Amino acid sequence: MSNPVLDSWRRLRAATWARSLEFIRDKSAVGWNVIFPVLLVLGIGYVFSGPGQPMFKVGVLAPAGVALDAKLHPFLATPQVQFYREEAGDAALHKVQLQRIDMLLDFSASPGRYWVNEQSPKGKLLEQLMHGAGGAPLQRQATSGAEARYVDWVTPGVLGMNMMFGCLFGIGYVIVRYRKNGYLKRLNATPLRAFEFLLAQLLSRLLLVMAINSAVYTACRLLLHLRMEGSYWDLLLLATLAAFSMIALGLVVSARISSEELAGGILNVIGTPMVVMCGVFISIDGAPHFLQMAAQLLPLTHLLNGARAIMLDGAGLQQIAPNLLALAAMSAVYLVLGAALFKWRQD
Amino acid sequence: MPAVLEARDLVKHYARVRAVDGIGFAVQEGSCFGLLGPNGAGKSTTIEMLEGLLKPTSGQVLFRGAPLGGHYRERVGIQFQSTALQEHLTTSENLRFFSALYPRRRPLHELVALCRLEEFLDRDTSKLSGGQRQRLLLAIALVNQPEVLFLDEPTTGLDPQARRNFWDLVQGVKAQGKTIVLTTHYMEEAYLLCDHIVIVDHGKLIAQGSPAALLAEHFDDAVLELPAAEAGKLNNGMVYKQKGDTVEIHTPDIDKTIAGLQAVGASLAHLRIRPRTLEDLFLELTGRELRT
Repeated sequence: MSNPVLDSWRRLRAATWARSLEFIRDKSAVGWNVIFPVLLVLGIGYVFSGPGQPMFKVGVLAPAGVALDAKLHPFLATPQVQFYREEAGDAALHKVQLQRIDMLLDFSASPGRYWVNEQSPKGKLLEQLMHGAGGAPLQRQATSGAEARYVDWVTPGVLGMNMMFGCLFGIGYVIVRYRKNGYLKRLNATPLRAFEFLLAQLLSRLLLVMAINSAVYTACRLLLHLRMEGSYWDLLLLATLAAFSMIALGLVVSARISSEELAGGILNVIGTPMVVMCGVFISIDGAPHFLQMAAQLLPLTHLLNGARAIMLDGAGLQQIAPNLLALAAMSAVYLVLGAALFKWRQD
Repeated sequence: MPAVLEARDLVKHYARVRAVDGIGFAVQEGSCFGLLGPNGAGKSTTIEMLEGLLKPTSGQVLFRGAPLGGHYRERVGIQFQSTALQEHLTTSENLRFFSALYPRRRPLHELVALCRLEEFLDRDTSKLSGGQRQRLLLAIALVNQPEVLFLDEPTTGLDPQARRNFWDLVQGVKAQGKTIVLTTHYMEEAYLLCDHIVIVDHGKLIAQGSPAALLAEHFDDAVLELPAAEAGKLNNGMVYKQKGDTVEIHTPDIDKTIAGLQAVGASLAHLRIRPRTLEDLFLELTGRELRT
């Protein structure tokens, strides 16, 4: 007498095993998934290991509704300096300490104040520019902190991007290929259920993506002496949840399509804006508000914000809880949608 | 004997096409049942409804007298006309994978022996020949000891040698008492393997019965084939038909016809005599060649 639960578990295990074997034996795909991000991170590390970036970036704390222009202070009209609004004083000050921004202005108090990092040459130069601009004098508040290297900041972005493309294409393309060549139709003729098949694809991809990215992260950490202020376990939890949500997003895309070209196009349409909007290579701190809000709807944003908080600021689970919750919610929505839309065969 | 499988007035519509138009028949336990017809006749649509993969627009499929239930897929085995397998997996890994999907499994060494897979058991399936691949797909269709085995045009695209090898395998499966439902447009295949056939055309059933009974019912003659060059001599009331390089004479009395041919001086050096075939039957019933 068969046991439905054991039968289901055996089918799930077999489908996960078969898909994993298929991927592992595809040497070109595995090689590409490992080598590409390492080369990218090494290249970026090399290019950005010299002097800092030329642009000045200044955070501004100001009452809501007050425009950041010369009326508030003449210094705000200085060219070649990007002024942008900061909401939280503590977080903004931390950015000055890490030299992710060059100065912080505070017009929410009277008299106005500003912070510079004593160890930042750019901060000192900006101070001279501010004095030259005139206007009401601002109180100097000194802070300090070693500069967070760009490579420390960008590595989570590159690994996250690699993970995102690996998840989206790794699942989306494969399922579309299976549907197109009739393999899904063959599986549909067996007792394998749709949710077992989808879960097997998801688990197989998750295990492989996490294994590959853990190896790549370890290589980058050793080669580039990456900064790590927080817990590896927290990082692993965040990355696993993020990979899960991005694979589930791939399931939604591949739920019905039978054309690899169409799937590739849609996956690119989803993936490429994420690279730009989620701050893979450059911070979106100074980006327009609506863009920052839209970025909150994308899983990569939560992965990168959480990973950088753990790696650069030493944040714990409590601090990254909003990112974890957002990723969990996205995973649930994508998974339900992907399973509901899924079709075994071409129309 | 009760039917294992029964189709009752099956209809399937696609947009503007009526692919299957009211087909009904019964498949007896332990028999090999053939579904014959040219490409586009509705064979594949019919067999997919029997397999439970396609829902009929109307009509019903019964398995052992009851509508197809949730466990139907555990009790039947299917070999599709063309099926991709997972890449980078060997023959034995594919067998093990499909075997794990079923609660009831046939020992793999039995399948390997039955379908003669020994020589390529550890070979990547992308490196199999067409015949080897069909043997593996047959083994996959048998992993769950199915009560009914569906074979959908299993020898299409195979060379004649591989096709004959495959027929041997099917006869081996049949000898074990398995019920087989086969679709094909090879009449020789149907004649050799099937106990009962139905012929479909334009989605409708046009004839059914055992191959021998159908031929006996529709024909009482044989066919004499001569080279087309002899056609000019056949003017003494003989009924003949030219097909390519050959002239076919249909006759109920072979001796008398041969005597007639000798009388008009026709050369009998290349004379061939053959019985009526299912190809002839299809032509008789539809007025069309089977593979046009």
